[in-house]
Amino acid sequence: MAASDGKPGILDCLAAGDLLIFDGASGTYLQNNGLEPGGSPELMNVNNPETVQGMAKQYFDAGSDIVLTNTFGGNKFMLKRYGAEERLFELNKAGAELARAAAPEGKFVAGSIGPTGEFIEPLGTATEDEFFDTFSEMSKAFEAGGADAVMIETQLGLEEAEIAIRAAKESTDLVVMATMVFDKGPRGYFTMMGVTPEQAVEALEKAGADIVGTNCGNGIERMVEIATRMRAVTDKYLVVQSNAGLPVLRKGETCYLETPEFMAEHYRKLAELPINILGGCCGTTAEHIRALVETVRA
Amino acid sequence: MPITHEGLAREFEFVSNPGEQKHISESIDGTAPIMQEIAYELIVGNNIDVDRLTVEALAEGFTANQLLDDGLLNGMAIVGVKFRDNLIFVPEVLVAARAMKAGMTHIEPILSASGAEPAGVVIMGTVKGDLHDIGKNLCIMMLRGAGFVVHDIGVDSSPEDFIDAAEEHEAHVVGMSALLTTTMPNMGRTIATFEDMGMRDEVRIMVGGAPVTQDFADEMGADAYGDNAVDAVDKAKELVLLLAELKSS
Repeated sequence: MAASDGKPGILDCLAAGDLLIFDGASGTYLQNNGLEPGGSPELMNVNNPETVQGMAKQYFDAGSDIVLTNTFGGNKFMLKRYGAEERLFELNKAGAELARAAAPEGKFVAGSIGPTGEFIEPLGTATEDEFFDTFSEMSKAFEAGGADAVMIETQLGLEEAEIAIRAAKESTDLVVMATMVFDKGPRGYFTMMGVTPEQAVEALEKAGADIVGTNCGNGIERMVEIATRMRAVTDKYLVVQSNAGLPVLRKGETCYLETPEFMAEHYRKLAELPINILGGCCGTTAEHIRALVETVRA
Repeated sequence: MPITHEGLAREFEFVSNPGEQKHISESIDGTAPIMQEIAYELIVGNNIDVDRLTVEALAEGFTANQLLDDGLLNGMAIVGVKFRDNLIFVPEVLVAARAMKAGMTHIEPILSASGAEPAGVVIMGTVKGDLHDIGKNLCIMMLRGAGFVVHDIGVDSSPEDFIDAAEEHEAHVVGMSALLTTTMPNMGRTIATFEDMGMRDEVRIMVGGAPVTQDFADEMGADAYGDNAVDAVDKAKELVLLLAELKSS
């Protein structure tokens, strides 16, 4: 869909054959810039907006075409833990506005929706309506804040992801993306809830997502395996946001070992599949994004 | 006598490791039909039938220990194996846990009144700054299923919370969980606080959580790393033995 002002939107770019570049991690950046361990990242959207906008800017500067909003935990269940559930719309809208303010002409903002951490009845206590309402409210806030897309990410179960997709689609005109996170177990790749990469592609597309894929994970080599399986079952657009491997502890500090150069080599393989949107997750920095851009645009 | 319950025999087919096959089949073989039925209904997550059968069995004169060992724990052992081997996932484990709880509701009061010795006392919590508890809760459920007394101190637990709980309950094992890479270092800080308070030799400490690895556990000085909820139970058993050896030497 073209943006309302006639400029090409995310889907127009993809239809034209462009490979789009997503951003890198946010948690580490925010912690290095004032976020207390265990503090609410979303509250920084109003309490420390310069930092959040600065984070978006450094990724756009590094070559990102799309930057995520700082709203991963902006659902009512997570905000409630900080006593901030009444501020859901405000915090999500502010997140979109900050990324938008940092975005150069023609670049995009995607509103991040992470998992709630809750289960729907009867496994848990949350209801389907509660999930729908919180995702709908977040999506509307993103649209009001100037976002181009909704990114439903790090999903584990199909039910929650499908509700989020439906909520975003029914409540806004935004492009909807959805990604799940897979672990490698004795029988291969599954989400914690038992979803395979193929099942994820089929169900998320069927639920109405424009772009589906995988994020986080355990290092980019595994992401190539997962993405290859996803590409084998769909001709539609795919997105991969990889972490820089599982963190290790060095002198009491958390470190990620996959270097920008190492990841860039594998991003090249992902681009060749092709994966249409590539980016980073936990442990990736502006340096990783710069290396990614240089490699796939070389 | 082989496993007589058809459904349970079918579930047992999923156990492929020879050592586990031997262990679980020895535990099930010769148990009463109603015990095998309870084990089966637990595996498939039928909490209503587990509740009903537990009440019936108690009325028929089976003891609380028989219900636990021959019924619920045999079922949970197979659930644990299937979960570890990717044959079932978190949703199936949660419904099995609910079924386990339905049975435990009737037998726990009897067991605690009899003063039976637990497998060990475990403190479980998510470390400071981290609000995620799905993995921790799964571990707690499996530990309780294996006969441990578990004190759950919840999410966002400070080093002092762990220490206070360990002292109060005279715990053998302290289990820490973290989901966030940003809060993982708080596991190491908690271990350091145990050392500072002169408590480090009193307990054995195990860690787990999605981003946590064996290397990470070694680096921060934990005594064990649990890769999953089943592994957590195995590690807790080892740690209880280890602690007993340390204290006797």
